[in-house]
Amino acid sequence: MAQIELEGIERIFRLGDSEVHALNDVSLRIEAGEYVAVMGPSGSGKSTLLNLLGLLDRPNSGHYRLEGRDVTTLSADEQAAVRSARIGFVFQSFHLVPRLTAAENVALPLMLAGVPAAERGVRVERALKDFGLESRAHHRPDELSGGQRQRVAIARATIMRPAMLLADEPTGNLDRATGQEVTALLEALNAAGTTLIVVTHDPAMGARARRRLLMEDGAIRQDVRNTPAAAPNPP
Amino acid sequence: MSPADTLRFATRAALGYPQRTALMMLAMSIGVAAVVMLTALGDGARRFVVEEFSALGANLLIVLPGRTGTGGVNPGSFVSSTPRDLTTDDAAALLRVPQVKRVAPLAMGSAEISFGGRLREVMVLGTSADYVDIRGFGVARGQFLPREDFRRASAVAVIGETIRAELFGNQNAIGRMIRLGDRRLRVIGAMGPAGRGLGMNSDELVLVPVATAQAMFDTNSLFRIMIETRDRESLLPAQREVEKLLGARRQGELDFTVITQDAVLGTFDRILGALTLGVAGIAAISLAVAGILVMNVMLVAVTQRTGEIGLLKALGASRRAIRFAFLAEAALLSLAGALAGFILGHAGAWAIRLAFPALPAWPPDWAVSAALGTALATGLLFGVMPARRAAALDPVQALTKR
Ligand SMILES: Nc1ncnc2c1ncn2[C@@H]1O[C@H](COP(=O)(O)OP(=O)(O)OP(=O)(O)O)[C@@H](O)[C@H]1O
Ligand SMILES: [Mg+2]
Repeated sequence: MAQIELEGIERIFRLGDSEVHALNDVSLRIEAGEYVAVMGPSGSGKSTLLNLLGLLDRPNSGHYRLEGRDVTTLSADEQAAVRSARIGFVFQSFHLVPRLTAAENVALPLMLAGVPAAERGVRVERALKDFGLESRAHHRPDELSGGQRQRVAIARATIMRPAMLLADEPTGNLDRATGQEVTALLEALNAAGTTLIVVTHDPAMGARARRRLLMEDGAIRQDVRNTPAAAPNPP
Repeated sequence: MSPADTLRFATRAALGYPQRTALMMLAMSIGVAAVVMLTALGDGARRFVVEEFSALGANLLIVLPGRTGTGGVNPGSFVSSTPRDLTTDDAAALLRVPQVKRVAPLAMGSAEISFGGRLREVMVLGTSADYVDIRGFGVARGQFLPREDFRRASAVAVIGETIRAELFGNQNAIGRMIRLGDRRLRVIGAMGPAGRGLGMNSDELVLVPVATAQAMFDTNSLFRIMIETRDRESLLPAQREVEKLLGARRQGELDFTVITQDAVLGTFDRILGALTLGVAGIAAISLAVAGILVMNVMLVAVTQRTGEIGLLKALGASRRAIRFAFLAEAALLSLAGALAGFILGHAGAWAIRLAFPALPAWPPDWAVSAALGTALATGLLFGVMPARRAAALDPVQALTKR
């Protein structure tokens, strides 16, 4: 049993009379611990696919089995519970809550899951330390650099120890050096066992992934696995 | 999400937008302050009147000339005109009713009083010896009117404190002759400083025997008759007996009214209570307006924080958690506003008491709890719709919206 199994997924957006086939008969299996880069031209359905994988969106038809369980038929709140326990998100625009400090932003998933405040404090402190943010714990997002913001977002995405991490262009708003730092962080998390699925326009990053999905017009055109030997060494 | 966390999250959100929060608190606090202050004013007036009446004494019957409507007593009873006379003979006859302890006939008018070249206009109250006990007034010097036949027009007077001070200053007033209207009267007593009494402050009164007053004003009629019964239990039997006796004395024509002090009190209490309630209702409209403002502000908050709501959903927040977070925020804003209004209203009531010391302008407890309750309820009620809207947001669209 693969961790993720998609079968004949269709996602159609209706805008007035016209229909957009954002995903067209997508079938896909991803094993636990994989490192997958999703690439392709703009509008090819990458974000739509990621949203479906993250249970933020529902397909019009097809089946999605997550860890053997059909999750397409779950209620909204049941899906929320799955997201809380199994899935971490990293966004291009960070999506930090502006009025909360870095520590409070990282604590959000724990708070939503009802983890008691005392335990939260310990876990958040450790997470901030792991991501080199201990001196920034009490700063608000507008007092942080782009790279620091994305590290806060990654700390938040991983605080619940999710089985999979979904990142939509996580380096899109960062300069090259900072982007590489963030990529390295995500790869380290993957190395520790978390499934990592990254949407990216950056060919270098795509090349580092062990598996590349090339999308076009809502379908997966290529599914390439790099052999570890073929993977270029990090600079 | 635990209730404590929901509350903390909502507090942070409320504090995160201080201007908006301050504005909403202002609207809500004006509503609550209006309710608190206006009911304090209304209830103060009610208490003032009730206390004034209570000062009259407890076992009191009042006979008024003229018939009032079938609906019982109304405040008009006190200003009704005189269709047929009540006389001192009526008053004397009432003394025969077994439950009656004291009777004081009242005749009123105004006249000029003069002593030693000093002149002024005064209210003259013609009555009898029992009046002072019925009203519970105190005589400071000398004595009150003598106990004598109601028809006897003795040339004596008892003067109020203010009159005494104005006419006599530090001199002894007792035994002096004054001129009142066209009569010369001997001052036999002076009242103590003001006994409180509705519309009749003894300070500015000159009291004379009822027949003296009637002769002075050239009338046979009485303004009213006050009756004190032996005890509270005999109040209603006495009322029936008095009605029967007076009716018999005028061939069964009931063109007079006998009221109990309780009835008068009850009526004023009801009328002023209703007034207070009405005023509170009007003030409560401003609470409803504040509630609509809460809704509006919360809807704007939901729109402003769409991205945040999408994020919370992505992080695993249930619809319930989001609904509660926004509801708690609305409730907090309302509650904070209500508390501010509560303090503001009490300060206002305090200012009223300072400006009008006679008015016991304390907001009634029911009004305070009703205002706070309504504020919280409107906040919650009008917060429901925005909260539901937030909970129903599609996470993908919420996340992609900039
Ligand atoms: N909510 C929506 N309503 C209508 N059409 C949509 C919606 N979301 C996506 N689409 C359409 O679906 C298609 C796929 O969109 P998607 O966002 O997945 O592309 P993408 O590969 O992520 O592109 P980009 O690289 O620009 O982010 C596009 O044609 C887009 O216009
Ligand atoms: Mg995209």
